[in-house]
Amino acid sequence: MIKAKASVARMVGRLSRATGKGGGTTLPGRVLLKLDANAIDKLGARLTDGTTLISATNGKTTTASMLATVLAGAGRHPVHNRAGSNMTWGVATALTEQRGSEGLFEVDEAWLPEVADRLGPRAILLGNLFRDQLDRYGETEALADAWAGLAARRAGRTSFILNSDDPLIADIGNSSGPDTIYFGIEDEAQALTELQHAFDAKLCRNCGHELTYDRAFVGHLGHYHCESCGMRRPRPEISATGITLKGMSGLTATINSPEGSVELDLPLPGLYNLYNALGAIATARQIGVPVSESVRSLAGMKAVFGRVERIRIGEVDLSILLVKNPAGANEVIRTLSLEPAPIDLWIALNDRIADGRDVSWIWDADFEMLADRVGRVTCTGTRASEMALRLKYAGWPTDRTEVIEDPEAAIDRALAQSGEQLFALPTYTALLDLRKLLADRGDTEKYWEG
Amino acid sequence: MKLRLLSLYPDQMNIYADRGNILFLQHRCEWRGIEFEVTRCGPGQRFDPANYDLLYMGGGQDRDQKAVARDLIETKQASMRAAKDGGVAVLAVCGGYQLLGESYELEGETIAGLGLVDLKTIREPGPRLIGPVSISVNLDGEEKVLAGFENHGGRTRLGQASPLGKVIHGHGNNGEDGFEGVREDNLIGTYLHGPLLPKNAWLADHLIATGLEHHHGERPELEPLEDSLETAAHEAALKAARKG
Repeated sequence: MIKAKASVARMVGRLSRATGKGGGTTLPGRVLLKLDANAIDKLGARLTDGTTLISATNGKTTTASMLATVLAGAGRHPVHNRAGSNMTWGVATALTEQRGSEGLFEVDEAWLPEVADRLGPRAILLGNLFRDQLDRYGETEALADAWAGLAARRAGRTSFILNSDDPLIADIGNSSGPDTIYFGIEDEAQALTELQHAFDAKLCRNCGHELTYDRAFVGHLGHYHCESCGMRRPRPEISATGITLKGMSGLTATINSPEGSVELDLPLPGLYNLYNALGAIATARQIGVPVSESVRSLAGMKAVFGRVERIRIGEVDLSILLVKNPAGANEVIRTLSLEPAPIDLWIALNDRIADGRDVSWIWDADFEMLADRVGRVTCTGTRASEMALRLKYAGWPTDRTEVIEDPEAAIDRALAQSGEQLFALPTYTALLDLRKLLADRGDTEKYWEG
Repeated sequence: MKLRLLSLYPDQMNIYADRGNILFLQHRCEWRGIEFEVTRCGPGQRFDPANYDLLYMGGGQDRDQKAVARDLIETKQASMRAAKDGGVAVLAVCGGYQLLGESYELEGETIAGLGLVDLKTIREPGPRLIGPVSISVNLDGEEKVLAGFENHGGRTRLGQASPLGKVIHGHGNNGEDGFEGVREDNLIGTYLHGPLLPKNAWLADHLIATGLEHHHGERPELEPLEDSLETAAHEAALKAARKG
């Protein structure tokens, strides 16, 4: 029965793409789950070589793509929701449309417990929890509680790979049993000079006392301990030292593990991508790929759809960097601050459901850091005026900032005014719009073919 | 002229980008040549109400909010009462608003509030009240509109206290009686975040004028600013509320 239902669902997907209705990355799964609420369990049973799940507020798609690259290097080609559609229907779509004996899925934070209970994964990588889409998820503490419950249910059956630098994630190690390993950053030179405004872990998960930070690297990710109960950050088995950030072109670091130390040359920028790489490397090790092999594969990695992407349009190099919450935006801002000034920007703020209807997060991101480095700025999207207002109060030059609500007119204006390099900072649905726009004009291939 | 703002629990009660409200006040003062001073007041710290013209408290996660509720009563209750009675401007948003009242019942537990205004909040079964919101408000004889975003599990009901405004679009205090927020003397409590002030420059200026009146004894005529982006952001927030 499940075979027949899956083939109906596949046909719907082909039709949807043929009629140009869009990516078709969720529709087959939606149809399938309507036909059979337990389709994920049934199709998942085919993944006899095991399944790996990845969740986090920031970096799910990139980390999953890194792990897929590493596995491909080892000759393994898992069923993978690579278009980033990460709710149950996205997982179901991948299960419907791809064949394989191994699974690799990024899963939305709120959907992770359900998907894990259905698939019974052999490994779960948990990267970070930041405030994000407050209208949908409410609170990071509540998600951390739900994940700890999942870890307790799966203890002994699932290997957990946890970020030691996020106290909300590291705490899950108290529930997940002995098959748990940690990854983190050990390079003190990379610490932020002051804690950022959007700081999401303030209280010890163990006793409720305020945490003490010796240093923070990205948002609340860092080295912390509790003065009251003595809780300390777990020592990571997989760690990075000797980090050099090279702006948009990437970074280098030494990766230390029980296998020894190797040099990583990562073509993706920012400490946030180093955390993604560490998570992928640690997970790969748990499922049978040595660290040195992972590091070699990552060196040849291409950027994932939209997360960091460069497109040549006429005389302009367009770099696209997704922004969707304060912690992610702060890392993009930090990466841009290493680029030569003046920095020309196209910023697209939408408030559709997939972006989060609540746009308050832009007031938590530290746009102030770029105030004296920006060139020309074009704001667009459904909340373009509020974006421009935020930048005004961050001290950006209002006489070089324009508000153009229509994204196409805005990108044309930005391209025409820009120097050789233009940075596009879209929220999620604005990114989809931008990709479609560029694809329709022949500037890039359609994303579901990527 | 000088405006002295006390930021209550900036590290605990800041979930909806509450610093945006303070940033907005700060720039609008400085652009007019009004000196602006922010003092942070966190857990365990006491304050002298005579030293401040405007008090701000934002929203927090449940866990932070419970800890803050205890600390407010232990270390700040008398000062908060004196500030309100003495005409200090108070703006409390979301969780901060809930804590101004008598109590907050949640998961079988009753958290005592400051009791500054006659209202109670209960976390009732049913969905959180989430979405863009607009309300009509009359602060000084003129009907105006506030736009923002609300996201609260608690339902607030007013006793003898007056609401801040009437719901045009959205849920308001409890999704039932059509009221939003609370207003008494120079105190304002509201569920509207987003943050509230950047979307409603007129309210920011109202608070600045009220605070300066408290400090200098006379309500100043504030110099108008170039507000085209502020107006456009207000309009966009109203449009979002209309669409629901």
